Amino acid sequence: MTSTVVPVTTTPAVVPPEGLTGRARNTLSRPWASAAALVLAVLWTLPTFGLAVSSIRPARDTRTSGWWTFFTSPDATLDNYRAVFSDQGGGLGNSFLNSFVITIPSVVIPMVLAALAAYALAWIDFRGRNLLFVAIFALQIVPIQVTLLPLLKLYVGAGLAGNFATLWISHATFALPLAIFLLHNFMREIPKELIEAARMDGAGHVQIFFQVLMPLLTPALAAFGIFQFLWVWNDLLVALTFAGSEVRPLTVDIANLAGTRGSALHLLSAGAFVSIIVPVTVFLCLQRFFVRGLLAGGLKG
Amino acid sequence: MTTVEKLVQMALVLLGFAAVVGVIVLLAGRVKGRKGDRTVAMVFLLPTVIVLLIGLVYPAVRTIYQSFFDAAGSSFLGLGNYATIFTNSDQLVVLRNTVAWVVITPFVATAVGLLYAILVDKARLESLAKALIFLPMAISFVGASIIWKLIYEYRPEQGGVNQVGLLNQLLVMVGGTPQQWLLNEPWNNLFLIVIMIWIQAGFAMTILSAAIKAIPEDIVEAARLDGVGAIGMFRFVTVPSIRPALIVVLTTIGIATLKVFDIVRTLTGGNFGTSVVANEFYTQSLQTDNQGLGAALAVLLFLLVVPVVVYNVRQLRASEA
Repeated sequence: MTSTVVPVTTTPAVVPPEGLTGRARNTLSRPWASAAALVLAVLWTLPTFGLAVSSIRPARDTRTSGWWTFFTSPDATLDNYRAVFSDQGGGLGNSFLNSFVITIPSVVIPMVLAALAAYALAWIDFRGRNLLFVAIFALQIVPIQVTLLPLLKLYVGAGLAGNFATLWISHATFALPLAIFLLHNFMREIPKELIEAARMDGAGHVQIFFQVLMPLLTPALAAFGIFQFLWVWNDLLVALTFAGSEVRPLTVDIANLAGTRGSALHLLSAGAFVSIIVPVTVFLCLQRFFVRGLLAGGLKG
Repeated sequence: MTTVEKLVQMALVLLGFAAVVGVIVLLAGRVKGRKGDRTVAMVFLLPTVIVLLIGLVYPAVRTIYQSFFDAAGSSFLGLGNYATIFTNSDQLVVLRNTVAWVVITPFVATAVGLLYAILVDKARLESLAKALIFLPMAISFVGASIIWKLIYEYRPEQGGVNQVGLLNQLLVMVGGTPQQWLLNEPWNNLFLIVIMIWIQAGFAMTILSAAIKAIPEDIVEAARLDGVGAIGMFRFVTVPSIRPALIVVLTTIGIATLKVFDIVRTLTGGNFGTSVVANEFYTQSLQTDNQGLGAALAVLLFLLVVPVVVYNVRQLRASEA
């Protein structure tokens, strides 16, 4: 399937002359194409832009006029941000920290476990290997909804209910099938000769894993890491089901705010902006890895 | 818990995990030669298998079992809960909405994604243009819901009252009456679906754009020499060449849409005839404590995903052969 994995190259801003033949097919429709693309781009960007503008408008303004009036009568303030971090406004400082505390182990743990498992499934010969791989692959289709209530009972029984541990364990578990599948595919692409040569030199599996595979695997691990980071940070369902009030992440707090203070647009927009700024930054900085991961997962799975 | 306590907890779990992995690696490192392969494989796979058995397999089996029992989980109902899903009038609305979500979202998101991918292909500033459409993928469904709440906000039409939602403002500007977009059944469902389309179009665009770029240049060139126009190029060259990618995108978005409940939950709570199976699952299982029905809804999600995935895998096999 290697042939379907497309190198994702960024096109230079200025199209070199040799690109012109390729563009010829679009020549006729170019002005229309640009206009249509621009319309779509504006449509897709405007909602988020509106949120950003709303978040810096005074509370009174957000109640009496739309965010676009900001440009005719500009009045900016950071009060909304101060308010959402205060205890009356939502206390987002706490849930901001919680989101980090929940997310980091929820990314690291499945990544390491999956790397070990994927290595065994890709490069160690043992009986039942294919069966086990197919079984793990098949587990990808289990919707997490199917697992939630029995898991909740297990957590209560183990005295973990409401703790960070419930979220770490749940997110790690749910991520494993996809992570193993992705990493397994990447590992299989590494030439067999490389592994065989290392074995000839007397290297054990541990050395091969750390010295031969790890350096080659970094992009795959990064892709999965970003994927999982966004997934966990943005998750609502798992947190709503398991997290006690002390360990609630941002998503739960914002969703609650929408329920209880639905008309307080100034708080909602500032709160929502706080919750999206981290994943959006991560995404913008590491976009390349993310796209590569999507292509590998999407076109192979 | 204080901030420090939370950070200490996180550090401890990471250290504990590192210790476990250390033991695994140490054990595996002591085994040498090809004969020890089985042992190494076992040690590497054991934690994963245990976690998956306890965290996924057991709960799934348990939920399927539970779906045949009543709300308290004590008396056997057979297929009673499933019968409720397909006969109860509230549940039928849930099913209708779910079908609308799962049919509309993938096709519209894919169409927009494909159109945009073609429009910006090899254009100037292509990567910037793509990032704009792709950005919503990084935003949580909850965040996206708030973003769109600002579009859908409604104020009654009275003198001196301004609309604060963009959509109603535009409507008023062309002489219309402001609408309660999220309250008016059944169209409110469409306005919720728009949010999911907004999020998923970027995913479709990314995958399809890569597929378009993989179309061999000589095919495009040959078609062009044959005098194939823009529309013909799209129908006879682009679409057939990227068919496998199109199927993957459609099915992936379909499955994701089936399981999403955050948007409905944040904006309407499933009221005003907007609930979907994933939201109804949450309501029944965790709010009204009807465990049997909740379990049946979860199993329904499971059952709906299976044929889509099987189809997907078979298509991929076919395209590989």
